[in-house]
Amino acid sequence: MSILVDDNTRLLVQGITGREGAFHTQQAVAYGTKVVAGVTPGKGGATVDGVPVFNTVQEAVRQTGANASVIFVPPAFAADAILEAADAGLPLVVCITEGIPTLDMARVMRYLAGGRTRLIGPNCPGIISPGKCKIGIMPGAIHLPGHVGVVSRSGTLTYEAVGQLTALGIGQSTCIGIGGDPIIGTTFVDVLRLFNEDADTHGIVLIGEIGGTAEEEAAAFIRANVRKPVVGFIAGRTAPPGRRMGHAGAIISGGKGTAADKIAALQAVGIAVAESPARIGETMQKSLKGKV
Amino acid sequence: MKIHEYQAKQTLAKFGVAIPRGEVASSPEEARAIAERLGGTVVVKAQIHAGGRGKAGGVKLARDPEEAERIAGELLGKKLVTIQTGPEGRVVKRVLIEEGLEVARELYLGLVIDRASARPVFMASSEGGVEIEVVAAEHPERILKEFIDPAFGLEPFQARKLAFGLGLDAKQVNEAVRFFSSLYRALIATDASLVEINPFVVTRDGRLLALDAKMNFDDNALYRHPEIRELRDLDEEDPLEVKASNYSLNYIRLDGNVGCMVNGAGLAMATMDIIQYAGGRPANFLDVGGGASEEQVRHGFEIILSDAHVRAVLINIFGGIMRCDIVASGVVGAVRSLGTQIPVVVRLKGTNVELGQRILRESGLNFTVAHDMKDAAEKVVALAQELNH
Repeated sequence: MSILVDDNTRLLVQGITGREGAFHTQQAVAYGTKVVAGVTPGKGGATVDGVPVFNTVQEAVRQTGANASVIFVPPAFAADAILEAADAGLPLVVCITEGIPTLDMARVMRYLAGGRTRLIGPNCPGIISPGKCKIGIMPGAIHLPGHVGVVSRSGTLTYEAVGQLTALGIGQSTCIGIGGDPIIGTTFVDVLRLFNEDADTHGIVLIGEIGGTAEEEAAAFIRANVRKPVVGFIAGRTAPPGRRMGHAGAIISGGKGTAADKIAALQAVGIAVAESPARIGETMQKSLKGKV
Repeated sequence: MKIHEYQAKQTLAKFGVAIPRGEVASSPEEARAIAERLGGTVVVKAQIHAGGRGKAGGVKLARDPEEAERIAGELLGKKLVTIQTGPEGRVVKRVLIEEGLEVARELYLGLVIDRASARPVFMASSEGGVEIEVVAAEHPERILKEFIDPAFGLEPFQARKLAFGLGLDAKQVNEAVRFFSSLYRALIATDASLVEINPFVVTRDGRLLALDAKMNFDDNALYRHPEIRELRDLDEEDPLEVKASNYSLNYIRLDGNVGCMVNGAGLAMATMDIIQYAGGRPANFLDVGGGASEEQVRHGFEIILSDAHVRAVLINIFGGIMRCDIVASGVVGAVRSLGTQIPVVVRLKGTNVELGQRILRESGLNFTVAHDMKDAAEKVVALAQELNH
């Protein structure tokens, strides 16, 4: 099965005529994702790799029946792009953009509250259900269809974990990058709930990092609700306090948000935490065999 | 982005926040002149981007202009070491000369963005003048919080809850509500990530003022705040980090001897972690990002090598958007132009990996190829230790 994206996903690309948008549209089409429309205000009527471009999301949805959007729009305009997609009624919006001001995202989340749009990201690599649908910038070729769900705050660290799983023959049901920013549309808990309810997801890999309390909240949710094997890895044991480590959300503030605290929280509820990032695949393998 | 206390006060004053009378001085003579203008007892406050200045002797009372001049002379041009600066301390280039006040109560105010609720949160506590993290740990019930709906802003009733909760007089509450509203407006208008007034004081004659002020700004929003960008003090930043930011590289210097260059912040942190796991100490964090050019890769490599502590470098690239051949060309170019003898371990995976590996092989330079992260970390740590004999 998979969660959120599959063969029925009809994707719209916001920012399709930009460099990133155009490149990743081509990659998505090559992977087999159904890309049905693109939006760049002012470029309506053009096509990019055979995909029709519209001036507004509303028009694109009306004309093509798109049911998901991916946003490759620069940070100054990306929050507005999310709102436009929500206003057009899209149930799923994936925002790749890094660099959106935090207060813009606070306003976006306020706008989305109570609506029907699920936002993934921003500052994320996207979501892929291997063999069915790829939304975002992850390299499709390293993925293998299967039964382990992967949820991560990172991009390339996720690929590292996925590469290890695939090499061990452990395929993935869906891999979701929730993003590296302090305010994001979909949390670990949101994804864990979906993986928990997905009959075809038999194990879960959770990749966290310093900053915030998302991993601690995930641990509490897992203890209360999840009986499938969960394996974790937390990046940033060596991160110094008070510094933003690349991701806007990766910062230890006032002593809070350390990797050590997160690892302890996960371990306290029985989750196997890989000590080394090179052992994420191996740890899941053991978990699935009931040996950890 | 951080700014000095005097800049935070000037910024907040524009939004109507009450601050003590004062001016900043860069020389003892200027300090004296300001003290004369202010009259009476003044406070001389070292201006650096770190807290703990008071306990470190960076905040002193001066009874007259001569004393102000003397104290300023003792502080200016010297390193101030506080609990937050680390042992190397910071050189004090400016001092803030402020009117002395008769303080009756010291309170705490803080505005941050709460991640879990995606809202600004206004915190207030009657425990002012101390480390708020200590209060949060030992007496969380003494911190009042009001979560602010971004669509409405700080509602007056919320500000009143905080003001009455702090035990302010009915007479002072209206002024406090205005004060708190001004802080919130300043946060929103400048895209601050933190506005902290510690202490927020009630003077003996009942006035409300920000005795100290700290503002941090959201780096992601600086593009729309040229007036805030101007407040940046490069002297407070590590020169290598400043250089890296000029090339749009995310670099943070640490204190180890194994340099690393990685694409992606999570993988970069994990690479630092695995270096430590393998018994080494990372020298830096460096995320070249997804769209880095060959030139940026070269600059990144040069910056890592500018740190004299570095004994070996690990390049860990999992190419998605980032192409392995671009990384390889950039690194070969850097090693050639610098003529460096420092051992380099390269682990490439993903887009154009074969091409990248061929470029490294055909360069004739001494690169050690690693196949996975464990292998890469073990090799680079061993190489770094070899040169330490």
